[in-house]
Amino acid sequence: MEDILTQAKKVAEAAEVFMVSSEETPVQFEANRLKRIQAKQSTSVALRIIKEGKIGYATTTELGDTKGLVNSAVETAQFGIKAGFGLPTKTNYPKIDVFDPDTESIPIERMIELGQELIALVTKHTPDIICEAMVTKDIISLQLMNTAGGEASYKKSIFSLGIMGSLIRGTDMLLVGESQGSCNPITTPHEVANVVIQQLELAKNQASVPTGQLPVILTPRGVVSALVPSLMMAFNGKVVLQGASPIGNKLGQQVFDPKLSLWDDPTLAYRPNSRPADDEGVPSQRTPLIEGGRVANFFYDLQTAALAHTRSTGNGSRNGGLPTPSPSTLTIAPGKTSFDEMVSDIKEGLVIEQLMGAEQGNILGGDFSGNVLLGFKIESGKIVGRVKNTMVSGNVYRVLKEVAAIGSKPEWVGGFIHTPHIYCPRLSVASK
Amino acid sequence: MTDIEIIGQQLADLIKKYNADYIEARLEQSQKSYITYRGRELESIGQATAIGGNIRALIKGGWGFVSFNETGNLPTKVELAVKQAKLVGREESKLAPVEPIVDTVSTPHNPTTKPLAEKKQLLDEYNELIWRTPKLQTSVIGYGDSHKKTIFISSEGSFITQERSDINLRLSAVATGNGEVQQAGLSVGSPGDFKAISSLHQQVAGMAKRAVELLSSPQVKGGEYTVVLDPILAGVFAHEAFGHLSESDFVYENERLRQLMVLGKRFGSERLNIVDSAATPGLRGSYKYDDEGVPAVKNYLIREGRLVGRLHSRETAARMGEKPTGNARALNYHYPPIVRMTNTYIEPGSISFDDIIAEIKEGVYAKNWFGGTTAMEMFTFSAGEAYMIRNGKLAEALRPVVLTGNVFITLNNIDAIGNDLEMNQGGGCGKGMQVPLPVANGSPHIRIQKCLAGGR
Repeated sequence: MEDILTQAKKVAEAAEVFMVSSEETPVQFEANRLKRIQAKQSTSVALRIIKEGKIGYATTTELGDTKGLVNSAVETAQFGIKAGFGLPTKTNYPKIDVFDPDTESIPIERMIELGQELIALVTKHTPDIICEAMVTKDIISLQLMNTAGGEASYKKSIFSLGIMGSLIRGTDMLLVGESQGSCNPITTPHEVANVVIQQLELAKNQASVPTGQLPVILTPRGVVSALVPSLMMAFNGKVVLQGASPIGNKLGQQVFDPKLSLWDDPTLAYRPNSRPADDEGVPSQRTPLIEGGRVANFFYDLQTAALAHTRSTGNGSRNGGLPTPSPSTLTIAPGKTSFDEMVSDIKEGLVIEQLMGAEQGNILGGDFSGNVLLGFKIESGKIVGRVKNTMVSGNVYRVLKEVAAIGSKPEWVGGFIHTPHIYCPRLSVASK
Repeated sequence: MTDIEIIGQQLADLIKKYNADYIEARLEQSQKSYITYRGRELESIGQATAIGGNIRALIKGGWGFVSFNETGNLPTKVELAVKQAKLVGREESKLAPVEPIVDTVSTPHNPTTKPLAEKKQLLDEYNELIWRTPKLQTSVIGYGDSHKKTIFISSEGSFITQERSDINLRLSAVATGNGEVQQAGLSVGSPGDFKAISSLHQQVAGMAKRAVELLSSPQVKGGEYTVVLDPILAGVFAHEAFGHLSESDFVYENERLRQLMVLGKRFGSERLNIVDSAATPGLRGSYKYDDEGVPAVKNYLIREGRLVGRLHSRETAARMGEKPTGNARALNYHYPPIVRMTNTYIEPGSISFDDIIAEIKEGVYAKNWFGGTTAMEMFTFSAGEAYMIRNGKLAEALRPVVLTGNVFITLNNIDAIGNDLEMNQGGGCGKGMQVPLPVANGSPHIRIQKCLAGGR
């Protein structure tokens, strides 16, 4: 890495090298049986340079080819955008626990058992369900170094457990599923299994819904599939900078229901997206996005923040390319109402667990419209069965302007978002 | 630079020495470049090179898979794959037999060697056109190209060197007004020929204009309609709604699904034919051999309304007692091949567009791809552009519509197939973690009775 930095310094004013290595071990189950074990080793190095004020960028997996990497970055810099930022200097980072040696040392045999136990729990409940499951551990090392003296490196472990089950009766298909992730090993399959078993329980009977405006309870997984894609677009500093975010000019204003608070926090211990520093070497911080319904902040990386005349919130993430603002670990503050209280409040309505295709509509404008992949009908305060062939449409800004209640028991969805149930007084439902 | 040919020769000898039912290795060397614009400004420009490979071993029906960037220590990697396969294997290995093949396939195009300046010049022109449109808030352009060389080696004696190129371009324009945001998009691609994306000026300008027009368009009232799909959207429908169900890795270990997808079953009218064909040259999903070294074929999935075929890997073909179809594809060397589509299309019929809409009193004309996803029988796909049809004529423009339904019912409800087949080369297909894989899909205009559209 130092060699790349030295070579790059000869041809550019500033440079930054980012290297990530990963050893990932997925254990996969298909049709309720162990099917495949994988071992995936990968290393890649990214070079960002600032030459004549402009950004150049190149990546490679060939660690020996320093010359090729530097030349490639220089070639792109002639057309690159003007760098508005300076690279971070030497910084003391907060200590964030994201590595657990117990995850690294968990044997493959235990991972196989865990998957088998998970499938056994689900098939015990519903013998004719067919499950795919995945148990994965991933050990990641990240290193960053720049010509301003900035230096960050840390090791991370991620363990995840997921299952997807399909139950077919005649031409009726029911899909259920759940997954969890953590930096610590997941030691028992019960939490994941219980979510799936609960889904199967509620789906035992079928029910029909009328077309029209109905009250809807989004479960934590429903919140993620219906609302989060639009919100994350709207709070992205880059979208705000372009003037394309509907809330871009509403900083400090009451846009959402006062019961609603949302923040991004990469400093939470042992969460898969937590970290001491972001992918540009900016220290991690907790960033409130919605505070009591008011727009509190947007999230930024270095370049976007510089153009917007603000500071990076430590949300610079790379996904093979240049850093770009993206959320880390999100939390929606819990409210006071239990799920049972919400259900008993509804005469006729829906519970939505999974919305399919919600991200396809005009999410920039906050519209979502999707097929209810897994959802349940409420009649006179009770869940009576699963709904099919039903579409739900709404607009995030209208829905979250006035929510009927926020749940008191938040859940982690996939290990990345901690959210309670959200009870919406009315959404547009179309059914056949 | 490391030469994957040399590693390939070493592996060809090595994999024969281990005690496994089957071992294969795939090596890959790739170059990529990409340019993105957000608004008037260039957002990023970059280049990437990668080299890597994988070993896959099969023992008693269990698979081990090892992928790597570091190309040293090959015996350890093969040993690990074999050890993993042993841990998994509990039954009998089944692979449909194929002849070992030694071949070299090259591509006429390598877009990654074209100077960045020329690529940027074209994108600048497009962005200029977009920004000539008044009331525009922002725009996004994403261009990416790649060239890769892969070597496939099997313990059965195959040694196949293939080159493939790909170009993908997506443009979108965002308009705002009265606190509302609307967008319109265009997505195109080619198997490496830059010319295929270099004269879209008129379409790009039209896209930007459309985004602004959407601001004053109404949203469709939610409910059931007679819906006419344009070739792009109908192609997405064929891919999403039906194509994914034809992927036999979903079917082969699922007894109930096997019964549902039994060959010979009627799915649509006698006029309905759906094909998947990697063997059709010049499209983004075209190739000569798949990632298991199986030759590509033209494969009828539905013929005259009946299910007649499906997409196979060697394993799914063997387990279902059918012929392999050459549909095992891997996104790159990080992943094992899985059953995927290639170029999927509905064959043309004989009716003109005017005749298709002539008898519709009130319906929806849905155009252009925006996205689509499926969960078994259920699908949703969204149109980037839509119009009401009133008394046999196109009427007012609508906000983008999302259509949803059950594939078994919807295929049966197709009651007219146009004479104007067009292939769509935009976008890419996702399955598992392997996204976006280059594919093409297409169709003529089709009419669907009783299709559910989401709206107010």
